[in-house]
Amino acid sequence: MAKPTDLVQGTLDLLILRTLELQPMHGWGIAQRIRQVSKDVLQVNQGALYPALHRLEQQGWIRAKWGDSENNRRAKYYSLTPDGTKYLRQEQAQWKRLSLAIDLVLETP
Amino acid sequence: MRWHHKFSLRLRSLFRKNKAELDLSEELRFHLQNQIDEFVAQGMHPQEARRAALKSLGGVEQIKEECRDARQVNFIDNFLQDIRFGLRMLRRSPGFSMLAILCLTLGIGANAAVFSWIEGILFRPYPAVTHQERLVAVGGTSRGEARGTPLSWPDYLDLERSCTLCETTFVSKITGTTLSIGDRAERTIGSIVSANYFDVIGVHPILGRGFLPGEDVGQSAHPVAVISYKLWQGRFEGDPAIVGKTQRLNGVIHTIIGVAPEGFYGTFVGWGMNFWVPASMEDIFEAGGYKLEDRGARWIEAYARLKPGVTLAQAQQEFAVISGRLEAEYPTTNRGRAIRLWPLWQTPFNNAGTLLPTLQIMLAVVVFVLVIACANVGNLLLVRSFARRHEMSVRLAVGAGRARLWKQLLTEGLVLALFGAAGGLLVAYWCRHLLVLLFPARAGVQMHLTGELDWRVLALCAGVCLLTTILLGVVPAMQAGKIDLANALKMEASGVVGGRHRAWVRSGLVLVQVSLSFILLVAAGLLVQSLLRVRTTSPGFTTRRVETTAVDLVSGGYDATRAETFREALLERARALPGVESAAFARMIPLSYGSFSSSPIAVDGYEPPQEESPTVEYNEVGPDYFVTIGIPLVAGREFTRADDEKAALVCVVNETMAARYWQARSPLGDRVQVKGRWLTVVGVAKDSKYSSVREQPKPFFYVPIRQNLIASGTLHIRTPLAPQVMATAIAREVRALDGNLAPYEVITLQEQLDRSTSPQMVAVTLVAVLGGLALLLAAIGLYGVMSYSVSQSTRELGLRMALGAGASNLLRLVLTRGLALTGAGVLLGAATALLLTRLLGNLLYKVSPRDPLAFGSAFAVMITASLAACFWPAWRATRTDPARVLRD
Repeated sequence: MAKPTDLVQGTLDLLILRTLELQPMHGWGIAQRIRQVSKDVLQVNQGALYPALHRLEQQGWIRAKWGDSENNRRAKYYSLTPDGTKYLRQEQAQWKRLSLAIDLVLETP
Repeated sequence: MRWHHKFSLRLRSLFRKNKAELDLSEELRFHLQNQIDEFVAQGMHPQEARRAALKSLGGVEQIKEECRDARQVNFIDNFLQDIRFGLRMLRRSPGFSMLAILCLTLGIGANAAVFSWIEGILFRPYPAVTHQERLVAVGGTSRGEARGTPLSWPDYLDLERSCTLCETTFVSKITGTTLSIGDRAERTIGSIVSANYFDVIGVHPILGRGFLPGEDVGQSAHPVAVISYKLWQGRFEGDPAIVGKTQRLNGVIHTIIGVAPEGFYGTFVGWGMNFWVPASMEDIFEAGGYKLEDRGARWIEAYARLKPGVTLAQAQQEFAVISGRLEAEYPTTNRGRAIRLWPLWQTPFNNAGTLLPTLQIMLAVVVFVLVIACANVGNLLLVRSFARRHEMSVRLAVGAGRARLWKQLLTEGLVLALFGAAGGLLVAYWCRHLLVLLFPARAGVQMHLTGELDWRVLALCAGVCLLTTILLGVVPAMQAGKIDLANALKMEASGVVGGRHRAWVRSGLVLVQVSLSFILLVAAGLLVQSLLRVRTTSPGFTTRRVETTAVDLVSGGYDATRAETFREALLERARALPGVESAAFARMIPLSYGSFSSSPIAVDGYEPPQEESPTVEYNEVGPDYFVTIGIPLVAGREFTRADDEKAALVCVVNETMAARYWQARSPLGDRVQVKGRWLTVVGVAKDSKYSSVREQPKPFFYVPIRQNLIASGTLHIRTPLAPQVMATAIAREVRALDGNLAPYEVITLQEQLDRSTSPQMVAVTLVAVLGGLALLLAAIGLYGVMSYSVSQSTRELGLRMALGAGASNLLRLVLTRGLALTGAGVLLGAATALLLTRLLGNLLYKVSPRDPLAFGSAFAVMITASLAACFWPAWRATRTDPARVLRD
């Protein structure tokens, strides 16, 4: 299985962190939410989602806790740590700068 | 990032693996359930929904693996797994493991032992002394001579005052005395030191004090002594009130002011010091009287500790400036003299210098042994890697990356190397005191040559271990890398793939072993011959029938006049003993550590060149000396009883001195000025060896004892009787003259010569032992290769037999193969040895580095060993049953 490229991987991290900023969520929920918010444009590859979650946890940006889901199943809920919030701010700013720059290039006649 | 948080996470994943795995499964199951629910909600049949959900998730196991990777568990996990696997492999073939670990233990152990000796003897030779890394030895040189000489006290003081790059300097000059405590008299050694000694080396007496500033000033002004812990415990029975008590040393009452801590041996490589006295007591312990104000009397050995960051070259430069100034200021004493420094491991005035070449050779030798051991284990691994080829192929087939395979093989090498290193460190630990055991014991001297297993040695051993690992892992890994998957799996049964290549590698390894051990055998042969030559070459005097002993009259309280009377009386009694052919006194015996008297000389009718201020060593000898010791006179006469204080002053010169200062003329009747007095030459003696068997002929002369009163002297006796017999007789005579005195041990001059050449003896022993070890390892390697190749070619052998080859043909066939391998190794070894043996340099004596005898005997030994190693496989080849082989 091909590994996602760095850009995609970085973007996925950003999307996950942003989603978790709103409320703690399990893996399934994160995927659903990203899909809904992006109006079905962004389909998160499940095979990439879980390794990404484990990596983010390993790096200390999110932490996991077991809880009950809406349909009463045991689910692993991830939440943002203070370090994670800091990192998210950084990455958001970085992303905005990047997309602005790309817009500029694309839209300058 | 919070490292402890991360760390605990990682630990959790490592040790609570089951929990982590369960979590992971449950997390993915939850995802799957939700997906199924969604598909069912969209109207799918539950069965179908499940299949679709699984498909959309991708491979569950793969995701799990990636999650584990994300947790970075795998790296450590794989490593542990490999180690466990490596250990299991070792357990499964204990024969192989024992042999491999034994080889590595010997290889690494020999290295660790030599490292520890080098550390403990050359680099950190003085236990308990602080900042040894900045310590240097300080001595003098005279123009045109490379040899280091002692310094004079005034020169040392000037150096101490003007050196800006030295943090501190101190003096430590070896001396000896006879300790009489109770009814036991015993020779012991100590140091004459500057007053700052204990302060600057950072050693604090455990009782009492060190020396005070100023205690090294004046003539016999401060009779105080610090004693060693060993002396305190041994001879003073650990007396807690020892400080303040007195002890007679060399006839003078000294106050004991301190006890040095345990584990401090002084600052003289090789020998442990037992007492220390300040330099002001010099005239009590040194021959030649009071020398602290005599710039021409060179007797001290000094050390300096450089300031941090100062290089040897910078300090040397400053020393040169200082000695240049002294030379200009005091031309009469200092012309042609310089002060220089040596790093500790090249110290010219103790056993470091004599052991340096030995240890250098040892270092090369043990590296050879290690390589041979590695080659042996490499061969064993190759055999095993053949057996494991199937395993490797399967691993590759089920998806292990080659990198993963390499990692596994290296880890297995590491496991072996770690066992070897552990064993090796044990070997080094046991060998710490081995060097001391190799040196012959001598009365009154505690040898201290101990290996030091400190962190530097451990780090070096770790490096060796790592190197070994790579050497061991690389061979099988190369093989693994070559596996052609399809072929390997297909043709597993016949086992031909890579056979030729493998055989080549194995033969190559044996070749290396044979050639390296051949080199070691040549070196051992050369050293043995040198030692024999050193010990059998005549030093210019009789060695076997001359015995020497001495009585310490100074410690007995005799002054020079009383000592002379005592010696006369003892000589009378000795001559009257049955079996004594002749007897004589002399101040020094040849080839001993002590130094001869020396003096600048002037010769009638000889004009020295501007730069030269001839200084010649001499010995004070009694009547009959030359007859007794067996040095022939080529002209003139020897001293008689008539050459006493009332007669004309005379001397006997040696041939080299006669040739240098009188050229073609006869020196007889001419005069020489020594220490301000004119002596008439009455005889010319043949050259002999004075300080070392290896020295070049040098000018030397003799003066009569009666005209140069000395306090101490050595009795020389020419007799065919054994030293033990003589010892009893002499002891009886000495006691008859003075009940308080006892003579030292009686030894022959041959014994003295053997002792003076003991470093060579040690080098020979060590190189011979390691050479033998290397030969054994190489023979094992050869045996392994030959028996393996026989077992692999049973089909060929059987065929040959079936076609009519007899047992002797097969025997010859296999032996020829083995000998061809040996022959190639010997050729390679001989070519390398021709280049390398000259590095033995100083250790060789009257033996060419290309000595045919050494090469020839190494060749004979090697061929014999390889015949022995090949014989068993060859014999097995003749046992091949052609019928069975062909049927199979």
